[in-house]
Amino acid sequence: MLKGHQSWIFEKKPVIRAAATVVGPFEGQGPLSNDFDIVHGDLMAGQDSWEKAERTLMEEAGKLAIENAGLTKEQVNFYIGGDLMNQIISTSFAARTLTIPYIGVFGACSTSMESLALAAMIVNSGSAQFALAGACSHNASAEKQFRYPTEYGSQKPPTAQFTVTGAGACVLSQEGQGLHVTSATIGRIVDMGIKDPFNMGAAMAPAAVDTIEAHFRDMQLEPGYYDLIVTGDLSKIGYAIANDLFNKHKFPIEQTQYQDCGMLIYDYQKQQVQAGASGCACSAVVTYGHLLKRMRKGELRRILVVATGALLSPISYQQGESIPCIAHAVSIEGEVEPK
Amino acid sequence: MPNNKKKKLTPVQQEYQQLAKKREPSRPVFANCLRAFLVGGIICVIGQGIQEMFVHWAGFDEKKASSPTVAVLIILSIVLTSFGIYDKIGQWAGAGSAVPVTGFANSMSSAAIEHRSEGLVYGVGAKMFKIAGPVIVFGTVAAFIIALLHMIFNPDIVGGS
Repeated sequence: MLKGHQSWIFEKKPVIRAAATVVGPFEGQGPLSNDFDIVHGDLMAGQDSWEKAERTLMEEAGKLAIENAGLTKEQVNFYIGGDLMNQIISTSFAARTLTIPYIGVFGACSTSMESLALAAMIVNSGSAQFALAGACSHNASAEKQFRYPTEYGSQKPPTAQFTVTGAGACVLSQEGQGLHVTSATIGRIVDMGIKDPFNMGAAMAPAAVDTIEAHFRDMQLEPGYYDLIVTGDLSKIGYAIANDLFNKHKFPIEQTQYQDCGMLIYDYQKQQVQAGASGCACSAVVTYGHLLKRMRKGELRRILVVATGALLSPISYQQGESIPCIAHAVSIEGEVEPK
Repeated sequence: MPNNKKKKLTPVQQEYQQLAKKREPSRPVFANCLRAFLVGGIICVIGQGIQEMFVHWAGFDEKKASSPTVAVLIILSIVLTSFGIYDKIGQWAGAGSAVPVTGFANSMSSAAIEHRSEGLVYGVGAKMFKIAGPVIVFGTVAAFIIALLHMIFNPDIVGGS
């Protein structure tokens, strides 16, 4: 149901029946490694190309999520997902393996929440009994497509971000107990004229702020309603800018805890990731792995995940275009009755 | 030019970019220069060492020794690239490892390795020069212009006194 200008309330409260996360070796060395279901020791995931490796991660996450939900893939009505590769090949090829009726979406790194919002809407409307939502990215395939060959010895500036290797998926169902997807806010494109593809945090921060403010305006809530608000992959610089913007707009973000997935997944002291993490998988694995586990433990009851995406292409930035950015917010809430 | 670029931005965009600029850590230019100087120097010392070896042990004269020296440096760079070490050196050293001939070898071999999955012709063959290509093109153009200037101003060719 539409609420306000750009938000949906899912009054049937689709249930997150299960989720699964698969990550690469570098993420496995990070502080959240225990929260992931599969940690690959090999960046190639046993395949012979980066693209196939990325696809494998997505297939594994999808299969595992369905298995964890106690379902077979025939029971899942729709699979909604996307990734960063041209023509979203990783997800489409994974959908070929999963053989679930498939809707491919692209929102760059915001795909994780874009797919979850759409899956929730489909389930909520009664158009599906079960829907699978997922997103994946791979550090090397993203470097290859957007930047330089992985082994090329270029120096990254301190504003650069490290694309997460991983895949996250979750199964939504109409009925059940557990965590619910309660609402979503679809963002609009915000472009502040930033052109530097090595400074995506600064490019995306205004989009995140725009969507967060729109969410609370539409829902007529205060930030304190949530125990945690996380943005997808703004990383250090974008996070600092987002806080500046909240201050400037006098938005009471201090009522709640505000974090960024891009700052949670790696250890800044031990891992050389410059500003932090990015990629579709960043918000996907942190949310589906780390945050849902914290919610199940009862540490958090309501969270708002705001996945941020930089909608650039290698061609658009070479032609001197600025980076259009977007953010989509999805709220996840635990059972209403207190434990 | 920068002013021209700024004019296209709306006032809101300009205001935001000023705000964002404050949060952007600047590149450590001095440290980068120092590291580049150090690593670039070390690579040159290694090169000099290799050249001396060719001169003293293999009986090359100084001029003839330069070709095999470059070849050895290129092989070393490709081996380091293949083992995934050269890009780590590159992050620390910056221009220090990018400018010498080893950097050129790294740019070609890394592209060749990366695009091997697209086959030998369309992958390795076509994409190998992805990064090194512009260096060759503009190197040739610059050499042409210099040669032209040389021809015009060199009295030996023009036949001046």
